[in-house]
Amino acid sequence: MIWIKNRLSKIITTVIMTALSVFFLIPLLWMTSAAFKFETDVMVFPIQWIPETINVVYNFKAVWMGSVPFYTFYLNSIKISLAVTLLTIAFSSMAAYSLTKLRFRGRDLVFILLLSYMIIPAQATLVPRFLLVRWFGLYDTHASLIMMDMFSIYFTFLLRQFMMGVNNDFIEAARIDGAGHFKIFWSIMLPLCKPILATVGIIKFIWSWNDYQNPLIFLISRELYTIPLGMALFRDDYTNNYAIMMMASLSAIVPLFIVFIALQKHVIKGIALGGVKG
Amino acid sequence: MGEFQRHRTVWNQKRKEALTGWLFLLPELIGMLLFNAFALVFSLYLSFTEWDLISGLSGIRFIGLDNYMKMFQDSSIILALKNNLYYTVLTVPVSIAIALVMAVIIHTKVYWQGYFKVVFFIPYISSIIAIATVWSALLHPSLGPVNQFLRRLGIAELPTWLADPDTSLLSIAIISAWAGLGYIIIIYLAGLTNISDELYEAADIDGASELQKFFKITIPMLRPTTFFLFITMLIASFKVFDIIAFLTGGGPHNSSTVVVFRIYEEGFINYNMGYASAISWLLFAIISLITAVTWKFRKEDAA
Repeated sequence: MIWIKNRLSKIITTVIMTALSVFFLIPLLWMTSAAFKFETDVMVFPIQWIPETINVVYNFKAVWMGSVPFYTFYLNSIKISLAVTLLTIAFSSMAAYSLTKLRFRGRDLVFILLLSYMIIPAQATLVPRFLLVRWFGLYDTHASLIMMDMFSIYFTFLLRQFMMGVNNDFIEAARIDGAGHFKIFWSIMLPLCKPILATVGIIKFIWSWNDYQNPLIFLISRELYTIPLGMALFRDDYTNNYAIMMMASLSAIVPLFIVFIALQKHVIKGIALGGVKG
Repeated sequence: MGEFQRHRTVWNQKRKEALTGWLFLLPELIGMLLFNAFALVFSLYLSFTEWDLISGLSGIRFIGLDNYMKMFQDSSIILALKNNLYYTVLTVPVSIAIALVMAVIIHTKVYWQGYFKVVFFIPYISSIIAIATVWSALLHPSLGPVNQFLRRLGIAELPTWLADPDTSLLSIAIISAWAGLGYIIIIYLAGLTNISDELYEAADIDGASELQKFFKITIPMLRPTTFFLFITMLIASFKVFDIIAFLTGGGPHNSSTVVVFRIYEEGFINYNMGYASAISWLLFAIISLITAVTWKFRKEDAA
């Protein structure tokens, strides 16, 4: 009897939660539906979830092949996010390797230093970073954004936590066989770290893809804009044309959805890891 | 091999290891020293100066504490602080409470756990700018579906959401809370898997009700997670910028201006580098204070 009762209550909560989750998804469903509509139908109430007439080709063309085409933003975002992700992985894993597997004077001091830097919010150092970028002659370039974003104490710590768990026997054995640290790092440590590297890479990619603040400050040329800045352009160019704006939003989010749904285990694990280790 | 030579080899090896160690650290260290340490000190220096950037380095004028004096009398800064605080109160405790309940339900009380994890998490990984675009349409004062729905319910006095100084920050808080809920749920779910089943089994034997188990086991066991979420979300709420810059630009009538937005305006629109730096230090001080205070609480908690 208790077994049946438990089952029943579980079914009921599942139904309630499903209703709640639909409610949660409504803004995104509305966006998708509006992206397919004629502008005149977007704000019709009650909402036509499945549009009677569709204008998807026109909306798509306006977004992707208009005066400032979306694919430029796409290519810019892909270029920057990929570069940032690869460089972050390289620098963070190198630092983490040094902090866990190499012994030298000053190492623990560096570690404490990095730890203390973590509380400096990037927003508080915007002005000097803006000046540095200008002095380096990198204002209004993609290099400025990559440079700003390719160092991450957070991921260094995450990787350090992981590498501390890697057994030193592998390294000792390789040492005896005469391998140098560069070789050990590249052909032993990195392959062992593959799962955490995948996690770090995906999260960093998503964050970089969604960044609005740095591009807003460091870029002025339209053709250099990333997707979030491009969204702001669309809003200014198509004020109150919601069908086109929703097509732009949909275009901005879809690649993230695909990446997330394909790799959700890595993403969720990475977020949870950061939270639990604190 | 003589004793001396062996020493030499060991010493050489140690030196080589140290050199390799520093080499591996180098890129990260340069980045941190330049963009964190140097940047912070540089911004402290600038905060005692007046500088419009355009006049070049020779245009930097030392003015002592003037920026700080000005800051504490600047009504827009005081308003920004108030708004930040209001935004924190609106987003942090409510989101944590809702997410906790939902995480507990997802953890044990539903089928399709995987589905729920993904669905509530989707807004968090989506671009906040795209999300904000969607919500600005949904909250359109006259045409938006939200107000059309409220009109159907017979509500005569419809809120104008982002366009009204009284509700602009509330609207932003709702959107951020909606987008951030999945993150909190995921962190709580990770915390919940660390609670041993035996505790619940023992409570079952004692005949504890679901509510008793929630308040006597789940909440106390999740304390470290709640603490972590509280501190990180508190800090994040003082760094809020993207959604405000995009949706309202701090308006209407400065009703949604916040500290980081003031830094942005002074530094990158008005080119008041000195004043912007002083506000940056105000932000840094607030975040350090939050960290220090919550850290002390945690220590007392642990003792």
